[in-house]
Amino acid sequence: MNIASFAPLAVVLPILGAALTFVLIRHSRAQRAVSITLLSLTLLLECVLLASVWDGGTAAVNIGGWLPPWGIVMVVDQFSSLMLVVSSTVSLAVLVYATGQGMADGDQDAPLSIFHPTYLILVAGVSNAFLSGDLFNLYVGFEILLTASYVLMTLGGTGPRIRAGVTYVVVSVVSSVLFLIAIAMIYGATGTINMADLAIKLADLDSGTRMLLHVMLLVAFGIKAAVFPLSFWLPDSYPTAPAPVTAVFAGLLTKVGVYAMVRTETLLFPGDSLNTPLMVAALLTMVVGILGALAQSDIKRLLSFTLVSHIGYMVFGLAMSSVAGLGAAVFYVAHHITIQTSLFLVTGLIERRGGSSSIDRVAGLAKLSPILALLFFIPAMNLAGIPPFSGFLGKLGLLQAGVQLGTPLAYALVIGGVLTSLLTLLAIARVWNRAFWRKPEDAENPDPVLLAAPEDSDTGDRAGKRNVTLLPRTMVGSTLGLVAFGVALTVFAGPLFRVADQSAVEMLDRSSYIQAVLGENAPVPPVAQPEPAEPQPESPQPEGQQPEVQK
Amino acid sequence: MSVNLTLLTVMGALYACGIYLIMERSLTRVLLGLMLLANATNLLILATGGYAGLAPMFSKDTDPRDYNDPLPQALILTSIVISFAVTAFMLGIIYRTWVLARRDEIQDDVEDIRVAETPSFDAEDDSEIPVETSEFPLTMIGSDGRGISDSGVSGSEDGGATVKAGDHRIRAKDAAAEEQPGSQNVTPGPEGGVK
Repeated sequence: MNIASFAPLAVVLPILGAALTFVLIRHSRAQRAVSITLLSLTLLLECVLLASVWDGGTAAVNIGGWLPPWGIVMVVDQFSSLMLVVSSTVSLAVLVYATGQGMADGDQDAPLSIFHPTYLILVAGVSNAFLSGDLFNLYVGFEILLTASYVLMTLGGTGPRIRAGVTYVVVSVVSSVLFLIAIAMIYGATGTINMADLAIKLADLDSGTRMLLHVMLLVAFGIKAAVFPLSFWLPDSYPTAPAPVTAVFAGLLTKVGVYAMVRTETLLFPGDSLNTPLMVAALLTMVVGILGALAQSDIKRLLSFTLVSHIGYMVFGLAMSSVAGLGAAVFYVAHHITIQTSLFLVTGLIERRGGSSSIDRVAGLAKLSPILALLFFIPAMNLAGIPPFSGFLGKLGLLQAGVQLGTPLAYALVIGGVLTSLLTLLAIARVWNRAFWRKPEDAENPDPVLLAAPEDSDTGDRAGKRNVTLLPRTMVGSTLGLVAFGVALTVFAGPLFRVADQSAVEMLDRSSYIQAVLGENAPVPPVAQPEPAEPQPESPQPEGQQPEVQK
Repeated sequence: MSVNLTLLTVMGALYACGIYLIMERSLTRVLLGLMLLANATNLLILATGGYAGLAPMFSKDTDPRDYNDPLPQALILTSIVISFAVTAFMLGIIYRTWVLARRDEIQDDVEDIRVAETPSFDAEDDSEIPVETSEFPLTMIGSDGRGISDSGVSGSEDGGATVKAGDHRIRAKDAAAEEQPGSQNVTPGPEGGVK
């Protein structure tokens, strides 16, 4: 009995929790206890899974005893278990934060009691997507998390949320339809939807068909991951949701898209056939995203744009399809989930403390609440990539891989990456200067709570509202925990980078994945190199060599 | 693998209508478009199972061309359930939009419009001296906006003095009022700029 056979519990436990919390919908205290306990158990299980594959190796579980090419299979390898642990840590922190917010505001209202079941279903969908070794099961995972996210996005049903929700739902449904079309085409072409089996059978298709399927999958995942031309929906829809919901969306949902892109690029369609367009998309995502961030005055929207921009780094690492690049991208995904979520959580606290999330209206927070300043400063500097932090290490890894690759496009991306990093610092520094360092009197229409004397800041009386605790301990505590986790990623960057690199080696090699699913005797096709790389005008490589080798 | 031409044509028509409908601004039409797209995709999946009309029965000595692959039908079942849930949810949202706004249209994002209308001049970041909300201008203008003899300030027809803020001019009274802590009596323009 392998420890990995417990992997499906990572999906089952949150769903069980969702059912229980739904039964307990009128007992908010029991609801909180159940959801936090079950999510902690899930996290514990995923830590055990990560430990079991820490030194390499891949394990597969056949659901219901059906053998691989026919049945549904779940695969645990270093990449998927690392993603599971990071995502569950983040979702646990957000759950505690949301619970704290609910307790502070009195969550007797009906719409909020639906939060716990929906949230747990979202976590189950994310786990299912990370574990899935079957294309259709991946689709189901996506649908589970998307349907839960539709509900969370429109929680309370206020005007702005409904408006944002419409964009979000329509875009997500269209991307899901695209994904489903791609699955149908792939099934029509190969007769299988098992990813390991596909890795073997897709190599036999002619290059035109393969290119079509490849592009369809990448477009479908690109919408979910918010890669540049397909990223317009994200800053439009995320900022209106409640703070904890935005935080978990920003951290997890786009990364599931990135995860699916990584699997597509490494397992299903290895080789470099689409690397150039991916690199161009990565460059545009980085630069356009961060320029958008500079124009914003609302912190949540600003962070949404930096989120889009930093997806570009991950796509950059992926597009290089080298061990160094892919390893750095894996590390960057883990880092970015944590940091982006903690920034959104802190923004929720800023909104509570300062009465607004617009940097025009918030001011003087550094003096009013030093802990808030600290909680913002560390992940903000981490996001911008200031040296000791994990953001710097991840970016450094990506830039090194880019320089190693050495093509003109890779150099353009290296320059774009450095520029994006600096512009992120500029955007973040603007928030810092205005919201934290400026005197409250200088703000436009500041909330009275900012001008109140510091002594009674604990229970400031907001105009027209009942007394609320401005910074409940649970909310600050969970944010602090997540920020500490982000710092831990820096401290343990060494072992983490080792695991990331190992998982990159395994993903590019593919044999351990395919053999774990289909058995030891499964043939592993060589990485398909359909045609010699197009001669690039700038590269001094002699053109005559490669075509001759092919013949 | 042979494909039923009728089903193929229907699928194409459904896709065409669906794509046309989701381009509309009316939410109900968008929903209809999404439903058509989902159903067209179901037909596409069905087509991958083999020639329409064959039974999905399998025994070891049946020729693969004589039976229908049952797996796509299982996939369709899942996708029907999912699109059913999404349709129900969309209907809920459309009803809510109607209740809130009495309109069945996708509305523009308020924040997008605000950013688009923001002048490139930002009063706080870009203005040169007097109205800059730093330590200096308060004393120069005076709290009531009168008795100003600074070079950046001049009288105007309506009696109020104006203050130069970058390439804008604003009334000194308003500028002074803005300096008051917690002042609510100045309605700010977008992004703090004063038109």
